Amino acid sequence: MTLSEKIIARAAGRDQVRPGEIVTCKVDLAMMHDSGGPRRVQPYLERLGAKIWDPARVVIASDHFVPPPDVDSAEILALTRRFARDHAIDAFYDMQGICHVVLQEHAHLTPGMFAVGGDSHSPSGGAVGAFMVGIGATEMAGVLVTGEIWVRVPETWLIEWRGALAPGLSAKDIMLFLCGELGMSNDYKVMQYAGNAIAELSMMERLVLCNMSAELGAKTGIIAPDAKTLAAVRAGGQAIGGDALAWQSDPDAAYERRLEFDASALAPQVAAPHSPANSAAVGQHTGVRIDQAYIGACTGAKLSDLHMAAQVLKGRKVAKGVRLLIAPASTLTTREAAADGTLATLVDAGAILLPTGCGACAGYGTGVLASGEVCIASTARNFKGRMGSPGASVYLASPYTVAASAVRGTIGDPREFLNAKATA
Amino acid sequence: MSASDSTVIAGRAWVFGDRIDTDLLAPGHAMRKPLEELSRHCLEAVRPQFARDVARGDIVVAGEGFGIGSSREQAAQALRFLGVSVVLARSAARIFYRNAFNLGLPVMVLPEAGEIADGARLEVDLPAGLVRDASTGREYRGEPVPAFLLEIVADGGLIPNLHKRLHGKPAA
Ligand code: SF4
Repeated sequence: MTLSEKIIARAAGRDQVRPGEIVTCKVDLAMMHDSGGPRRVQPYLERLGAKIWDPARVVIASDHFVPPPDVDSAEILALTRRFARDHAIDAFYDMQGICHVVLQEHAHLTPGMFAVGGDSHSPSGGAVGAFMVGIGATEMAGVLVTGEIWVRVPETWLIEWRGALAPGLSAKDIMLFLCGELGMSNDYKVMQYAGNAIAELSMMERLVLCNMSAELGAKTGIIAPDAKTLAAVRAGGQAIGGDALAWQSDPDAAYERRLEFDASALAPQVAAPHSPANSAAVGQHTGVRIDQAYIGACTGAKLSDLHMAAQVLKGRKVAKGVRLLIAPASTLTTREAAADGTLATLVDAGAILLPTGCGACAGYGTGVLASGEVCIASTARNFKGRMGSPGASVYLASPYTVAASAVRGTIGDPREFLNAKATA
Repeated sequence: MSASDSTVIAGRAWVFGDRIDTDLLAPGHAMRKPLEELSRHCLEAVRPQFARDVARGDIVVAGEGFGIGSSREQAAQALRFLGVSVVLARSAARIFYRNAFNLGLPVMVLPEAGEIADGARLEVDLPAGLVRDASTGREYRGEPVPAFLLEIVADGGLIPNLHKRLHGKPAA
């Protein structure tokens, strides 16, 4: 069996499962945020007169409407807090960061877990070798009441990246490339990422791969655990034994497809409006004038992302007429970036710091765009109107490329800055 | 299969092509309207007379990627409101597939859906995964629908089903 099949079989109390089979799984963890969570499931729970099956297995993060820009948002946050209190949810992160990042920082997930999240980027949880899928509010109500959910066992695709990423390249470039290569409707598949280029990535970079499996249309993404996984889980405060490394695909596991790519041949990728699948090497878009550069979201504003931006921005300035907005993905990110000097580098370059949270990524928070404006963002999606006006154009790229474009005032290749000496 | 079996559905086939998306099923411009009005626009862009002419019990037959697009539950709700009894598709988008069952509309994956002619009289046995074309006598094999999903459908969706599990009756 593949890693995902093993996890599903375990959660379903079965020895074995096959792709295409429909089984009922026990849920190890359910995650919700302020937008899709309490305010949507509360009416169902009331209608059912039901309690949460196991509050200790529920994590809630307020990240979409934070800090509240208007009264409606404030009411949603108040409802979220009441829900967490009334249902005795201890793992409630109020404005502490974006749910997917917080989940990993606090080690709520461990290898082999079967988890669900009320958000389409819930595949992020696969970075630690857990099987995690996104679900809607009706299904979340079902999970909260029963602790179970039905799943159709997905076919696994093994996506191997060999060789080493060049300086200035990142997990984001890998995913934009795959979106262009595979398109966005790979329904029901689970993407398992492997190969030495993946092993080299930090845990937060691995999160980007699993996170953007959503853009591939996949059911989820997953990466088998290794020593880095265990170290991250332990750093998050969870005791975990080496036996967790047993969560691997069998050597004779059946993959529906096996794809192999050479990481060393990859160029920085940029996805043109209005789809992540419109990606091409940065050279195709060089020179496009931008109004805003945005470093934010679960996909693109973790400490690893801020480090990338800082490498480019050190000793440089954001171009005149361009605004660079940075919304760190969590309060922990902000704290660490402050401690290691990264924040100072960013702010010295002219970046404007925004509060932690989803921010402008899905148009909820601050930093949205006017019609006719052009933005390059480190987020995951550039659907029409997602980041503000439907008349705005959003390009997607890595934090390196977003930072380099902010300095140039036009979309450009970050490698030019990383090779050249800063002109401070 | 026995026609008296309540899990066997009989109806007329309405055949559609590949990639019928959620915008075709529940058009964005009608999303703020009540379900009754929204349903009148269901599939109008590809078949303007569908919503008017479809009869209770009729069957939607489609190609690949049925229900791709957004997670809007109205896509499945509209079909169910119009009386569609089951969707047979070569493949269905994941979120649509889940939403459909959870809202009381069964979907069966049928690799040979493309062979079925528009207007054919079909008999569908969901637990067996069998489709019989009464017009031609041909039989097709699809993915059987598990009993617990059929129970959710019979109860009218996941929330009524949960209500039954918790309180002994599906009314919710
Ligand atoms: S940052 Fe964007 S992609 Fe991530 S959870 Fe928030 S809205 Fe979704």
